Amino acid sequence: MNRKIADRIATITFVGLSMIIVAILLYLFAYIIMNGFSKISWDFLTSPSSNILAGSGIRDQLFNSFYILILTLIISVPLGVLGGIYMAQYAKPGKLTNFIRSCIEMLSSLPSIVIGMFGLLVFVNTTGWGYTIFGGALTIAIFNIPVMVRTCEDAIRSVPRELKEASLALGITQWHTVKTVLLPSAFPGILTGVILSAGRIFGEAAALLYTAGLSTPRLDYTNWNPFADNSPLNIFRPAETLAVHIWSINTQGLIPDVTEKAAGASAVLVISVLIFNLLARWIGSMYYKKMTATK
Amino acid sequence: MRNTTELSSHRLLKSNKNRKDSELKGNIIVKSSAIIIITLTIALTVFLSIKGLQSFIKNGINPWDFITGTNWNPTSETPSFGSFNFIFGSFAVTMLSALIAAPLGIGGAIFMTQIAPKWGNKLLRPVIELLVGIPSVVYGFIGLSVLVPFIRNHVGGLGFSLLSGTIVLAIMILPTVTSISTDALNALPKNLREGAYALGATRWQTIKKVLIPAALPSLLTAIVLGMARAFGEALAVQMVIGNVSDFPNSITDTAATLTTIITLNIGHTTYGSIENNTLWSLGLILLVMSFIFILIIRFLSSRRKI
Amino acid sequence: MTITITDTNQSVSNPTEDQRVVDKEYILHVENLNIYYGENWAVHNVQMEIEKNAVTALIGPSGCGKSTFLRSINRMNDIIPNARAEGEILYDGINILRDDIDVVALRKEIGMVFQKPNPFPKSIYENLTHALKFAGIRNKGKLDQIVEESLRKAALWDEVKDRLHQSALALSGGQQQRLCIARTIALKPSVLLLDEPSSALDPISNAKIEELILQLKKDYSIIIVTHNMHQASRVSDKTAFFLNGDLVEYDRTSKIFTKPSEKKTEQYISGQFG
Ligand SMILES: Nc1ncnc2c1ncn2[C@@H]1O[C@H](COP(=O)(O)OP(=O)(O)OP(=O)(O)O)[C@@H](O)[C@H]1O
Ligand SMILES: [Mg+2]
Repeated sequence: MNRKIADRIATITFVGLSMIIVAILLYLFAYIIMNGFSKISWDFLTSPSSNILAGSGIRDQLFNSFYILILTLIISVPLGVLGGIYMAQYAKPGKLTNFIRSCIEMLSSLPSIVIGMFGLLVFVNTTGWGYTIFGGALTIAIFNIPVMVRTCEDAIRSVPRELKEASLALGITQWHTVKTVLLPSAFPGILTGVILSAGRIFGEAAALLYTAGLSTPRLDYTNWNPFADNSPLNIFRPAETLAVHIWSINTQGLIPDVTEKAAGASAVLVISVLIFNLLARWIGSMYYKKMTATK
Repeated sequence: MRNTTELSSHRLLKSNKNRKDSELKGNIIVKSSAIIIITLTIALTVFLSIKGLQSFIKNGINPWDFITGTNWNPTSETPSFGSFNFIFGSFAVTMLSALIAAPLGIGGAIFMTQIAPKWGNKLLRPVIELLVGIPSVVYGFIGLSVLVPFIRNHVGGLGFSLLSGTIVLAIMILPTVTSISTDALNALPKNLREGAYALGATRWQTIKKVLIPAALPSLLTAIVLGMARAFGEALAVQMVIGNVSDFPNSITDTAATLTTIITLNIGHTTYGSIENNTLWSLGLILLVMSFIFILIIRFLSSRRKI
Repeated sequence: MTITITDTNQSVSNPTEDQRVVDKEYILHVENLNIYYGENWAVHNVQMEIEKNAVTALIGPSGCGKSTFLRSINRMNDIIPNARAEGEILYDGINILRDDIDVVALRKEIGMVFQKPNPFPKSIYENLTHALKFAGIRNKGKLDQIVEESLRKAALWDEVKDRLHQSALALSGGQQQRLCIARTIALKPSVLLLDEPSSALDPISNAKIEELILQLKKDYSIIIVTHNMHQASRVSDKTAFFLNGDLVEYDRTSKIFTKPSEKKTEQYISGQFG
């Protein structure tokens, strides 16, 4: 029977295609684990990097990545949450709302190199700051704000309508209802979204190359004065992040152990993203359990 | 008849100043964030457009020559700015990588939803979603240290090539295409499949004649989203493609794309110089292409509701 | 049968304005009320008076506009984007459908309890104090006192007094619904709107709620939507029968259930449709 044979062939094809995907996945993970994990050591994480010598570490890059991540979240989460509240509770269906939706869609889907160019134009050249951590964080915030708006809108929309009605029917204003009923209930959803977006920010490189720059000044980790040039906390200093570092050592290729170092740094990057992902999943499922538990 | 419509003072009329102020405050705060989003979008479009047009307006480069010219030589005595090779490179890697990723991704999605849903949902899906989050420099690095030497030794050429760029991008967009296709197939009404089986169709016939046509707009959306990501990706491609401005003669030849040329040069050229301005023009082309991709996705999702 | 009353407990700037002429026995006057959802005309020209300190039941088949009518009384329809009400609902001498009504103040005086119990995911105590605090009551002793008083009135105090600070979600459905009633009466409203308050509950909880309604009628004017004819006849003083958005008949409950004047009412009550 012809149909039967065709069906068999199709099934085999689909199984085959999936096997290819699985093989690729396995290879990628295996490569990172086999080449990268062995490089990760306390020394690797805590010693400064070098542009020419072998055996250097990623201390400053790691710090920079986390610092930019935190700054970006500080800028984009409040704005994103407010935007999400607006979209979920205040926006009336109509042309304006559609336009805002288009803006959100656009900002979140532009290539990061384009956002990076905008950052270079505004936060580096126009302001005259040069390459700074702050400029980098502002640039990444541009695409993280719309992501946060969406997450937050979804989280607020998924709060049962009954809760909102309960609050309004008790003579409570809309704004107070948002603050005391909707946001607390939407919090786990928002948190999950924040952590997921943190993964993307942590791995971002293209938007940072020409905003936060490709170099880090010599840092003195005992100097906590955020206005000092050699303070790690100074937000107006250039900062190479881990992702940017992987790119730059590979393209410049000056250090003898490029591959090993890049593999180690990649492993750190991937592990971080993995932790962010698992954390987000874990919070999501904890929350789900809490919501469905009767007791 | 009671006449109450004229009443102008009553405890139930709006008069509580504090409460009104608090509502107003809330309103202003949330609206201002909406305004920031609109402002950002408009500023980004306007600034990048103005900057991107400088090379045509101020430096007098002919836009048509800029797009169609194949000679890119900004530093010579008589500089020429023909960006066709980069535009071609961008489209070539985008199309070719979609050509690889689409069948793989959709095939994988069909496997996960129709053939082995349990396996797919429990194991494959979470892993694929995880892969979406892997930073592009990691793909670029693996491409550089594995794929490039492999192609150099077993296929030919330098290894840095259109082919390497294509493969790296294909792997990069594969998770995106797969997970969106899976969602699309999962979103189909159950009775569609059951109806086809009830009529005695085989699984393949059901997939081909019923499921794929029904999910087509969403599957196309998945592919276009993947293509948009490929078109805009900079670093991963830049690390493996070779970045040579000559027109690639074969798939194993080195090439360059819009993003790789921008990445490579925008930091080294003097701000405001002709060469620098032309890079912003390349950026404008990227921006316009991004708009087009968004419009295509919008069009596809409007088709989806039918 | 009208008297002149002066509002004494509220500060009103213009006392002469406030000396309204109001029917003594009626708390609400509904006049020519029409409600639309976009093009959909959900409530047609309803005219009715709601008695003070009595229970008024609204009955009728599903979709006839009972909830729509009820929700217009405390302006809960405002949150539905395309809902629109025309006509008048007079309460304390003012048309509460006016645009310049402070719906927040209105909802404190006209409280509402919904079909599905909807406690906040907070403690029992916080469920009661949430709105009180917003209304400006901060004194701990005062709050404690109102909490106890409201829970007693809602016949819930004895069951929860030892676990006031545990999650309200751990209560049974019936207890949750009584908690919702308690937090509404904690605001000391004058009207209570109940939209099928016990339809989601078991028979025992249902009986408790009915008992409670009869208790509360001393202090509040109650309007209750119900699908349960027995419930309507047990708890209400007057019954209104709605059909397809029309108020078909409105009379004393005993009359509606024994010798209704409209054929449709009789058919509905005897279970011939709906
Ligand atoms: N949010 C809404 N948007 C549009 N139409 C609505 C909305 N809510 C109700 N309606 C319509 O208004 C009419 C009356 O609905 P309503 O909910 O008041 O009926 P009901 O008598 O309370 O029914 P039930 O007994 O099922 O609760 C129905 O035709 C319904 O479809
Ligand atoms: Mg109803």
